[in-house]
Parts: sequence; structure tokens; C-alpha cells
Amino acid sequence: MVKAMTDAAAEKPGTTTQVLTSDTQEGMTYLESIPRRIVTLWLPLGLIMLILLFPFYWMALTSVKPNAQLIDMETYNPFWVVEPTLDHIKKLLFGTQYPRWLWNTMYVATAATFLSIFASVLAAYAIARLKFRGSQVVGATIFMAYLVPPSILFIPLASVIHFYGLFDSPLALILVYPTILIPFSTWLLMGYFKTIPFELEECALIDGASRWQILTKIILPLAVPGLISAFIFSFTLCWNEFIYALTLTTSVQNKTVPVAIVSELVDGDVYRWGSLMAGALVGSLPLVVLYAFFVEHYVSAMTGAVKE
Amino acid sequence: MASVQIRDVRKSFGDVEILHGVSVPIEDGQFVVLVGPSGCGKSTLLRMLAGLENITSGTISIGGRVVNKVHPKERDIAMVFQNYALYPHMTVAKNMGFSLMLRGASKSEIDERVRKAANILGLTPLLERYPRQLSGGQRQRVAMGRAIVRDPQVFLFDEPLSNLDAKLRVAMRTEIKELHQRLKTTTVYVTHDQIEAMTMADKIVVMHDGIIEQMGAPLDLYDRPANQFVAGFIGSPAMNFLDGKLQANGSAYVQTAQGQKLPLRTMPQGDSGRDVVYGIRPEHFEMGEGGLPAEIVVVEPTGSETQIVARIGNQEVIAVFRERQSVKPGDKISLRPRADAAHLFAKDTGKRI
Ligand SMILES: Nc1ncnc2c1ncn2[C@@H]1O[C@H](COP(=O)(O)OP(=O)(O)OP(=O)(O)O)[C@@H](O)[C@H]1O
Ligand SMILES: [Mg+2]
Repeated sequence: MVKAMTDAAAEKPGTTTQVLTSDTQEGMTYLESIPRRIVTLWLPLGLIMLILLFPFYWMALTSVKPNAQLIDMETYNPFWVVEPTLDHIKKLLFGTQYPRWLWNTMYVATAATFLSIFASVLAAYAIARLKFRGSQVVGATIFMAYLVPPSILFIPLASVIHFYGLFDSPLALILVYPTILIPFSTWLLMGYFKTIPFELEECALIDGASRWQILTKIILPLAVPGLISAFIFSFTLCWNEFIYALTLTTSVQNKTVPVAIVSELVDGDVYRWGSLMAGALVGSLPLVVLYAFFVEHYVSAMTGAVKE
Repeated sequence: MASVQIRDVRKSFGDVEILHGVSVPIEDGQFVVLVGPSGCGKSTLLRMLAGLENITSGTISIGGRVVNKVHPKERDIAMVFQNYALYPHMTVAKNMGFSLMLRGASKSEIDERVRKAANILGLTPLLERYPRQLSGGQRQRVAMGRAIVRDPQVFLFDEPLSNLDAKLRVAMRTEIKELHQRLKTTTVYVTHDQIEAMTMADKIVVMHDGIIEQMGAPLDLYDRPANQFVAGFIGSPAMNFLDGKLQANGSAYVQTAQGQKLPLRTMPQGDSGRDVVYGIRPEHFEMGEGGLPAEIVVVEPTGSETQIVARIGNQEVIAVFRERQSVKPGDKISLRPRADAAHLFAKDTGKRI
């Protein structure tokens, strides 16, 4: 079994999952007639897709609808658009500081993610493999930290940030986000590290590797799918984070996309729906691209399929 | 190359003592096999040699230097694990060169030594493959290659052949033995397979429940087992044991509860009437007149020999014959133990008499 495990670990993770799924699909297909497949597979799948994609569709639709059509449901079909316009998007990109917000978001998310993953790798390796006294307790405590909701933490954290004079700067967010990212990433990576056979490390130890070399030359290359999923998880969380971004930044040029679009694109009680939706749409595109690249690693690491 | 001294080594995990004072002297260049049933502490002892477990008490020295507190990488040993533990993300060549790379050897030196080792083991065409692209036997060989590239003081093997099929195991056994004859590196080899132990070892160490039962050359252990455990462990099929009382009535013999007389060549010291265990190996039975009356239970021809399970009184024994035997279950035969090949053990202590 260990042999199979190490093999699978070495396989390019993408191929492993493909092989697995195609195997299971082919293995059972002879049992299923086509009508049966439609009912058991394609119909539910289609429904789920519809429910999941509809908000996206709505968002995209709204962002290209002329203002007149947006609120007039009588004359126009609300599910369709005639004479689409790029006005909202143009206004968003050139009439507001949207590019700046996008940049802020990207900068904060990237920096916070790398910081968190670095810390998580060290923490997870130490807890999973260095049998120090109290490692179990530390592991459990880190997970407890994850369970404390941001809505409780943001007040004390805000005063800490004030104390260090970091208020209203991207650095404030970069330092605060790891409080939510590290616990989860540590747990994810701990689980991943534990699936790597212990003997590999012992062998490396005899081969003359130091702990640091074992980590960088053996463990991390084998944990790439785990690292990718921790990365995607952290990045997404930073990208969408709202409450800290709202409380810790105030000036227009320091805001991130989620905060900026609700605070800057709403005039009093007038919602500029077109620009709002355009902002949300453009803001989600980088994530879509990221997911498209790494979705296989993400899924396989989450389900542990790469290893066994 | 170096000699290894294991002196009164004990090992406890928490409150449980696993090794109860083990001493093994190993000479430079010797091939020593640690053998014993599962859970007797073989792997633990080997891992202590490698520096992967700390030593509760006693000392281990390699090449005259006490290594109790020495880090594995400074012990200059190489170990082959049961599951090979090849690095899955490195090619065969990288796997073999990894330790040299860590030591900061130059690229050309690594290349040369990897090539040389690959040549010895017939791995040259596989150097660019990944472990997952190899068969079990090839992986095994890579694991060995990784060990010999380093040219260490001592090789440690932990059941390296137990994942291979029977035929390959025999082939690799010979290969490891040949390699040892060629490199003459001190080797400690762990197995629970007594045939492996018999065929490969210069010296066998039989372990049982954390102690050493006997230590010596393979044939010495076979011919003169120190106690009933070693007698039963070494040799296949295992030695037969028959309970009885020592008697000297003209000639010496052991009398079983059913009254059969098991012949002895000489009378050992000790009072007659003493409770003993009579041990006789399956290959030391002869068929013919004047033996013990037996009833055949099973006949197992293997081609080269015939194994017969027979019942003497109420005890079953196994006998092995070189010649083909035309007998079938239920037949009554007469089995004669060779008096000169019989072993006697004390009933209470199991020690050889
Ligand atoms: N880390 C550990 N903690 C507690 N007990 C252990 C540990 N490692 C081994 N043991 C115990 O030590 C004893 C000897 O184990 P060891 O692995 O040395 O056996 P072995 O002789 O190699 O057996 P096998 O032939 O099955 O490999 C066993 O009873 C085992 O349960
Ligand atoms: Mg073992």
C-alpha cells in the first residue's frame, strides 16, 4: 500500500485524478442504459449547474443592460437584454478608482497568502512530524483559533492595528488576514504531510539530510497538490474578505474591491446596479482563471485522491 | 568497512521493555543476519544501529567509536527499508545520487559513482526512470544501489525481500550475497525467514521476545541448537519434538508415555527418569524395520522429496525422504529416528542436554 501511495504521490497530480475518474466511470457504465443515465446523472447535474450559474448570468446580464431596461420589467424581458451597452464597465474602469482597488486586492491577497502559507508549512510540519511535547495540544489550539468568527475578532484586532499605526494601509490587511488563513492552511497541510510515508524522511535522514533539507527537498515537492489547495483557499478568502477590509481601511484609494464597490458605487440610497455588477464581475474574473488552472489539484487534495 | 559492537543494549518504549540486554559482536566485513519471529525486536535493534531510535541503555559502537549520541548522518551507514522508501519525485539516478549531493560532491563525481553502482546492479538502462515506472525487483535494486553508491561503513537491511514474489526473492538473495562477497562491507540483515538467514549469513543471531536465544554460524545452529526454540526455528520443515522420559536400560533411549522407545547414541549425564523433549529433524527419519509404528496422515510429494505427516502414538510428526515413497494415507509404516542425529532438551527449561 505504501508503494502505491508513494507512486501516486509522484504522479503528475492531474493525471491521477483523470485516471481515477475515468476508471470508475468506465467500470460501471455497462450497467446503465441511456434513459437511466439521463435521469440519474444529467438531469441532477443540469439542475445544479443552473442554480450555481444563474447568479453569474444575472451579474453579467445586469452589467451590460442599459439603465432603462434595468428597472423596467414590464416592457423588457428581465432574463434577456436588448441593445447591450459597455457604459457601466467603461464608467467603472475610467470614472472610478476601480483599477486601483483591483490592484489593492491582488496585492493584499498575494502577500497575505504567501505569508500564511510560509507560516503554515512550518507549523504543519512541526506538528505533524516533530514529535515534540504538546504537539497535539498546539494542533488543537490552532484549529480552535479558526473557529473564532471575525465578527468577534475585528474589534481587538482593530485596536492592535491602531497601536502599531498601520490603520488604513494595505499592510494592516496583510497582517490581519493570516489570523484566519493560517489555522485552516495548517490543518490542511498537516493532513497532507501525514500521508507522506515516514520512511522517506528516515531514509533522507540517513542519507545525510538536515530537517530543513528534508522539508524542502522531500516533503514540499511531494506536497505540491496540498500547497496549491492551501494557496487557492487562502487567496479566495482574502479576495472576498469583507469585514476586516471594511473596518481597517477608510480612504478610497486603500480599499479592496468587495468593500469599494458597495461603498463607492452606492450614492446614498441609489444603487448603481450596472456598475456594481460590472465591478463584481470583473473582480471575480481573476479567481475564475485561477480556479480553471488548478481545479484538479484542488479537488484531489481536498479529497485526498492523490495519495491513496 | 568497520566492526560493530552491540553491548548489553536495552530498549524501552514508555514502560514496556522491548529489548532486554542484547550483545552482538560483529567483525569487520561479516554478514550478520538477525532472525526471529514477528515482534521480537529485530527492526528496533536495527533502527537503533541506524540512529533512528535512541538507546535506552548499553552501547553501540561502529568502527570503535561509540555512536549512542551520534546523528544518523554521521554514522556512515546505509539502510535499505522493507518498502524501499525511494523518493517518488526523483529519477533513479537522482535517488541514488541524493546522499552524495547532500554531502556536496561535485556533479561529475556523483555521475561517476552512480554509473558505477548502476553498472554493478544492472540498472544502467533505468537511470532516467521514476520509481513508479519500475517493477518491485527493480525498485529493490535501486534501493540497494542507493546504499552502495555511498560506500558506507555498514549496510543495514530490514526485510528487503519480503515484498517480492518467491522466485525473485531467491534470485535477489543470491544477488545480495554476491554483492557482499564483492564489496566485503559489514552487513546487518534483518529477516524473519530462516531460509534467508541460513543461506546468506556468516553469523546468525536468533532473537525471541527481546533476547538472543543463540548466535553462531548457520550450520552450527542447525547441528547444535542451544535450546528448543532455536531447534524449532531453524530448519524447514521444523524439527519434531516428542515428550518422554530418559531411560538407560542396557542402551540409552527416551520412553514416551505410550511406551515407544526413541533411540539415543549416548547416555547424557543426568538421572534416568528425567522428563525430556526428544527432537528429531524430518530428514533424520528412516523407513524400515525396527522403528516406531506409525500411521500415515498426509503424503506431500514435492518432486525432489516426499514429505510424510504420520502419527506416532498420539503425536504427529513430519518426515522427509529423498526417495519417492509409494505410500498413501492410512498405511501403517515403521519410522526409525537416526540415533546420532537426535537432540535432547530439558522439559522444564528447554535447554539442550
Ligand atoms: N514506536 C514504538 N512504540 C511502542 N512500541 C513499539 C514501537 N516500535 C516497536 N514497538 C514494539 O516493539 C516490539 C518489537 O518491534 P519490532 O518492529 O522491532 O519487531 P520485529 O522483530 O521487527 O517484527 P517484524 O518481523 O514483524 O518486523 C513490538 O512488540 C512492537 O509492538
Ligand atoms: Mg520489522
